[in-house]
Amino acid sequence: MEFTASQHAFAQALLHADQPLPPGLTGARGTADEARFAVYRNNVHVGLTRALAQRFGVSEKLVGPDFFVGMARAYAQDRKPSSPLIIDYGDEFPDFIAGFAPARALPYLPDVARLEAAWTRAYHAADAAPLTLAVLAPLAPEDLATLILRPHPSAALLRSPHPVGSIWAAHQGTDVTPVDDWRPETVLVVRPEMAVNVHVLPVRDGLFAALLFAGGSLGAAAEATLAEDPGFDFGAALVGLLTLGAFAAIAQGDVP
Amino acid sequence: MNAVARESLPARAGLGLKPEHYGHVLEARPDVGFFEVHAENYMGAGGPPHRYLEAVASLYPLSLHGVGLSIGAAGPLDTAHLRRLRELIDRYRPQSFSEHLAWSTHDTGFLNDLLPLPYTPETLARVSEHVDEAQQAIGRQLLLENPSTYLLFTESTIDEIDFLEAVAARTGCGLLLDVNNVMVSCVNHRLDPAAYIDRFPVERVGEIHLAGYDETVDGAGDRLLIDAHGSPVKTDVMALYDLTLARAGPLPTLIEWDNDVPAFPTLHAEAVRVDALLAGQAARRNHLKRAG
Ligand SMILES: [Fe+2]
Repeated sequence: MEFTASQHAFAQALLHADQPLPPGLTGARGTADEARFAVYRNNVHVGLTRALAQRFGVSEKLVGPDFFVGMARAYAQDRKPSSPLIIDYGDEFPDFIAGFAPARALPYLPDVARLEAAWTRAYHAADAAPLTLAVLAPLAPEDLATLILRPHPSAALLRSPHPVGSIWAAHQGTDVTPVDDWRPETVLVVRPEMAVNVHVLPVRDGLFAALLFAGGSLGAAAEATLAEDPGFDFGAALVGLLTLGAFAAIAQGDVP
Repeated sequence: MNAVARESLPARAGLGLKPEHYGHVLEARPDVGFFEVHAENYMGAGGPPHRYLEAVASLYPLSLHGVGLSIGAAGPLDTAHLRRLRELIDRYRPQSFSEHLAWSTHDTGFLNDLLPLPYTPETLARVSEHVDEAQQAIGRQLLLENPSTYLLFTESTIDEIDFLEAVAARTGCGLLLDVNNVMVSCVNHRLDPAAYIDRFPVERVGEIHLAGYDETVDGAGDRLLIDAHGSPVKTDVMALYDLTLARAGPLPTLIEWDNDVPAFPTLHAEAVRVDALLAGQAARRNHLKRAG
């Protein structure tokens, strides 16, 4: 058989365990052996599920290894990595989990997986010096209001109706500390230097941070947040986010 | 271990550089001949992988090992991936770059395994084109590694060693001799591993790989060895390695341990074992030279 056609047949049989072995295989005994072809089938699945388990370790702890492997296999069956960069594999796994019926009993699971996906992206993101308070400190309030800040290349903001940051933190060690305070959380994942940090933001700062990350100016974000929450403290929230290294630069607006 | 010569890897034992050992390697500076990394793990934009690799590459010779180029694919090479490899090679200037005689990419995506191909004049032409293209793109020679295989193809008309040698002769590439892969393939296909080593063109070999295999049986109850990279090098592979050294002389030798990665001292113990064999061969050669 011509090379392209025979390799295509091999790949098809590899990906579909219900299909017969591809033509043209043999072995030392002069026949093709199912168990031998199964090694290749297994390698593909184990390689991909292992990559997912490495990236989504807390999700795996939450559902247990057997359930996780089943879920990862279901994902890997339909979605092969689009490139040899396995470090990117699983970007869509959280959305898949959200639609995976057997996981519905754990409504917070997709957001935990989103946090874990963001963690790896932050780990491999471009390096950049975070925007410091010193750059903004000299500005008058009216100048500050027009500024739009560019999030740090590693930064991701996750707003969840579940205590997703606390759940994630509780599963970092071998002992799991139960999460008592079951409430919505906004989580900032960011790597200002070499360590990826996961911060649960103060409740009042969540909306403000989300508006800034969506590209809103400081003034517009502050105003919209104040309208929802008259007790919101603009200065403290901004200082807080800058201290965590959430931004890399001023994207738009003048600094005199 | 200050100024690192950029030409070639030393004829010592090398280890895979694993993220869990970054800190230890930089602090303890263990006496290891070189480190090897999988190129694809360093294709992110930034972060700790690059920071640590920069530091380690300034202290140790570096081998860059690709696992995703899919040189044995019937379809064309991924030019974006070649560009990424070129960038890495330009940035880290490794003493060696190697890839596999296997394929892993198909139009359904990346299959994340090193898959076998038949050895025919047609596939020889395709693989040679791909090696040529890759060497052009990355601006240096590559070492092509012999695969571990579990099945054979009825249409194969060229012996694996002849195939590898022909690719090397046509493209000027070097070879990476994975002695564990030799054991795995030879046991799986009822061939004599020592005869394989005897026939291998060792003068083209730039690096050796060693690893631990797993063992099972196939449907007929025959031994089936699996290339697993998750355990110490087995005794029979070590003996085959020593035989290889007796034929080829001391060569840079990597211990591949990629799954269930142990604590660093366990890895290092493997390197010490291999360094002892390398030193033994070097001493025997010197002795022979003096005696002759
Ligand atoms: Fe190898």
